[in-house]
Amino acid sequence: MKNLIEVKNIKKNYGKKQAVKGISFNVEENEILGLLGPNGSGKTTTIGMLLGLLKPTSGQIFINNLKLEENRIQILEMINFISPYIELPKKLTVMQNLYVYSKLYKIQNIKERIEYLAEKLRIGELLNSITGELSSGQKNRVSLAKALINEPKVLLLDEPTASLDPEVGDFVRTFLEEYKKEKKISILLASHNMSEVTRLCKSVLMMKSGEIIDQGKPEDLIRKHGRANLEEVFLKLSRSKIEYN
Amino acid sequence: MSITRIYGLFLRHFYLITRSFPRILDLVYWPSIQITLWGFISNFFATHTTYYNNAVGVILTCAILYDFLFRTSIGFNMLFLEEIWSRNFTNLFIAPMRIGEILTSLVITALIRSLIGLVPAILLTSPLFGISILDLGIFLFFLFLSLYIFGITLGILVSSGLLRFGPSFENIAWSTMFLLAPFGCIYYPIETLPEIFQKIAYVLPLVYIFEEARNILINQTVNIENVYYAFMWNAFYFSISIGLFYYSFNAAKNKGTLINMGE
Repeated sequence: MKNLIEVKNIKKNYGKKQAVKGISFNVEENEILGLLGPNGSGKTTTIGMLLGLLKPTSGQIFINNLKLEENRIQILEMINFISPYIELPKKLTVMQNLYVYSKLYKIQNIKERIEYLAEKLRIGELLNSITGELSSGQKNRVSLAKALINEPKVLLLDEPTASLDPEVGDFVRTFLEEYKKEKKISILLASHNMSEVTRLCKSVLMMKSGEIIDQGKPEDLIRKHGRANLEEVFLKLSRSKIEYN
Repeated sequence: MSITRIYGLFLRHFYLITRSFPRILDLVYWPSIQITLWGFISNFFATHTTYYNNAVGVILTCAILYDFLFRTSIGFNMLFLEEIWSRNFTNLFIAPMRIGEILTSLVITALIRSLIGLVPAILLTSPLFGISILDLGIFLFFLFLSLYIFGITLGILVSSGLLRFGPSFENIAWSTMFLLAPFGCIYYPIETLPEIFQKIAYVLPLVYIFEEARNILINQTVNIENVYYAFMWNAFYFSISIGLFYYSFNAAKNKGTLINMGE
């Protein structure tokens, strides 16, 4: 299977502080890779580097075989991102926001694309609503629509279901599973919700203090560490010294 | 009333101020700039009471020109700040947009915003005060163009600061125009300034623009040199601002400002 994300020994230093200490990993086409780790472990920094928002101190990133450093615009056309920490302009309607981003991503059939996403994400009735007046669950689905507006080959998700009620959270997870299967996209999922990771991810990376301290399929990690579930594995690894490579 | 709670809230703002150089700078220079600007204006009118034959017309024309500059610069900064306030900044910078495309889009939008404000102001001066800024003739276009370029230049410089230092640079965004106002010689001739300030004023395009506006209205002559120098300095500062924006963008990518646009 083709690797859509290839990360080769990337490091990121902020002055003397090493936020990411030379990590490497791949994400295959039609795969969801979980990126786990306690706060401050380097997950957001890693995602920032994959999005081209942060320049790695050293190392290389390839998206769909293109080197990020040299092909930023081409890569940004095939990638997208969702996080509860970023929002769409609040005063615009949902339709206006999606239309603006369709233009920024140079989408050809804007009307069809928005209609498709509106139906899939059940936001048809929200298109004329003011974005800032939506509930958390509605905003989340609208942000997801924006993140899929360019039919990305690679989707980066940072806590995509944080602060959502169980029903909306389940809807989003089911949608992501089906969308990935249908479009064969690669997804990198940073999450603290271990049941979500167990359900969605083929394999996971465990990060701590800027390093990958363990990786593998969720069920293999559970077995390897002799725990009942991934949450217990997470707690064991995040509380231990780095010795699990 | 709890002194502890009052002190707690005071501390919240005190910590914010002491941790941000732009915020400290902001507190210091506002009074200084106001006093300097109005000091020069008062000084000029006290010693040159007969300078303006048509004082209302000249002052009002200069006020409109200055306001256009102010609106253009602040308008550009506002567009940038809007993205930070709405937490849309990251979305914008992960879209496949070149820096040149972002800047061009903001430059055009800032122009439209400024024109929306300018047209009613021009239309109001005639019925209210019997004055038309159109008295400046064809050179009005060159003066506005020059002011527009300088306003955009200031906007790009401030946006570079926002990229590099984050939202704490916001206060600087609001006050750049006031910082330059005393040196711009908007309401008085350059001779009013002390010699050391004149040297600073001569390397700004503003002084040439406002000197020329007064020259046309008072002397009814055109000094093409003023227009030329204004454009020359504009080209110089505009080039610097573009270079600085690219530099700040790269610096922000190293520092992580693009993903941490918070307080």
